[in-house]
Amino acid sequence: MLNRKSFKGILMSAMVAAMVFTAACGNNANSGNEEGAATNAPTNAASNAPSGDVKLSGEIKVDGSSTVFPLTEAAAEEFNKEHPDVRVPVGVSGTGGGFKQFCAGEIAIADASRPIKDEEATVCKDAGIEYTELTVAFDGLSVVVSKDNDFIDHLTVEELNKIFVTGSTVKTWKDVRDTWPAEPIVFFSPGADSGTYDYFNEAILDKAGIRNDEAITFSEDDNALVQGVSGSKYGIGYFGFAYFEENADKLKVVPIDGGSGPIAPTYDTIKDGSYAPLSRPLFIYLNNKELERPEVKEFANYYINNIGPLAGEVGYVALPDEQYATEAAKLQ
Amino acid sequence: MNIFQDANRRQIAGRRRTDWLLHILFVVATSVGVIALCALIIDILIDGIARLQPDLFTNFPSRKAEGSGMKSALVGTIYMLLIMAPVSFIFGVGAAIYLEEYAKKGWFTRMIQLNISTLAGVPSIVYGILGLALFVRLLALDRSLIAGALTMTLLVLPIIIVSAQEAIRAVPKSRRDASFALGATKWQTVSRSVMPSALPGVLTGVILAMSRAIGETAPLVMIGALTYVAFLPEGLRDSFTVIPIQVYNWLSKPQAEFKELAASGIIVLLVLLLLMNFSAILLRNKYQKNV
Repeated sequence: MLNRKSFKGILMSAMVAAMVFTAACGNNANSGNEEGAATNAPTNAASNAPSGDVKLSGEIKVDGSSTVFPLTEAAAEEFNKEHPDVRVPVGVSGTGGGFKQFCAGEIAIADASRPIKDEEATVCKDAGIEYTELTVAFDGLSVVVSKDNDFIDHLTVEELNKIFVTGSTVKTWKDVRDTWPAEPIVFFSPGADSGTYDYFNEAILDKAGIRNDEAITFSEDDNALVQGVSGSKYGIGYFGFAYFEENADKLKVVPIDGGSGPIAPTYDTIKDGSYAPLSRPLFIYLNNKELERPEVKEFANYYINNIGPLAGEVGYVALPDEQYATEAAKLQ
Repeated sequence: MNIFQDANRRQIAGRRRTDWLLHILFVVATSVGVIALCALIIDILIDGIARLQPDLFTNFPSRKAEGSGMKSALVGTIYMLLIMAPVSFIFGVGAAIYLEEYAKKGWFTRMIQLNISTLAGVPSIVYGILGLALFVRLLALDRSLIAGALTMTLLVLPIIIVSAQEAIRAVPKSRRDASFALGATKWQTVSRSVMPSALPGVLTGVILAMSRAIGETAPLVMIGALTYVAFLPEGLRDSFTVIPIQVYNWLSKPQAEFKELAASGIIVLLVLLLLMNFSAILLRNKYQKNV
């Protein structure tokens, strides 16, 4: 008898648990959270509410580049302090993955570490999605070698191209410059789905593609690249400035000569554009239809007006003030 | 005579040596796993114990390591378990009962059986792709808690079915015969005679499957469990995140302080896993006494 009861008991409690949970969830979604049930409208219904004094609510979905993620995360975190009822979940699908969702209308904002490509723009257009592009900060792609590398002083863009381009015959450092040791180079690069790869490919390799042989390691995880380069004396790699800055004790950054003398990435050289061609703008793309929702509009305004100081905090470089004004004007 | 004895002794000594060597080999084989696990746990404890403060559980994730917490991830994981457990129990055990007790043995059941065993070995990312196509896109559940939980249910179902089947099969046929002899119907036999004695095994299987699910990341990344979630899901259609994804996010940050956070996230996940496995053992012992 006991046995029968316990089996049924478990079946029943499983079912009851399922029902209670479903019901509880349904309830919560309708009644809002403890602070203001009256002002908290379900996700989409907020669109008719006027902005201003009324408490904003609703959900603003963001996805895309892992490079832009820290910026959007910072903006969302600060924005939430003023508007606690607006939910801003941020995902990391890579720039390409973000645009896919963006052009399918699944998200309101796409984080991008490169401008939208023509074919992506076509998909958006076919789906009837119009968008606004905002430049939010600069990043300086940093070319790094191990701290133990004592011979490298700078690289020219041509040398970088020679090192990384598809079909490159460079195997040792001697192949790059005659005076350097004939030690085999170990290459590190972000994976092909990242905007960082795309940008490097475009700025340095003229879209010829990065070499793909046994000597190169690809990783979507920038920390793995940091580990790789810092651990191999004859290694070379590149990634966002923030990752170099945080690991400056383990890595040596290579000044890049883009035609007007070697320049190392710093906040100043990235900001004034002299660290060329590897300083790159970072973007967010806003769905214009979503921008009609007051909370999305408010968030976009907040983002562009406050991201400057936040950018430095997470390892990026703010735009000049007047450019933020220009970007903000796009929202009007 | 003496020569034979000597030879014999030498042979025996040789055998003893082999025995001893193999003994050492097996001890080493066992300790490799245990030592690796200990090293891992100690390493993580050293890194993460300092951050194992209450605010780890009460704070939402933040860009600043010192104020960052895993509240949304922990709650997301628990909610997912709460949805997954009953759904996968009902479907998994139901399927096992059907296959073991009701289905006629034939090529059809054999094919189902083969499929289930194969599914149990399919890489989890494939379930992610399936979940993306089926729940997120086709059923338009979006990247929500319910889509994630259902995807994970699919992932654990084969494991639950197989282990429940084994538990049911282990019930002696005589119990069923006795029940039928008393005039019981099939369902009466199953629910009053077979299941009670199979239950410990079934429950163990379910709980172990659950603990596999809470450590999974790949399928949830696929269906889009999000990375920065600074709110708790309030409904089945809400966005969510889970502990492994939060840990992964912390690990990929450039700042070194986030590594400590990731380590404490891993500790929380480990504790959760141990608790579940422990409760599996408790349940098993409790019910085994009743049989």
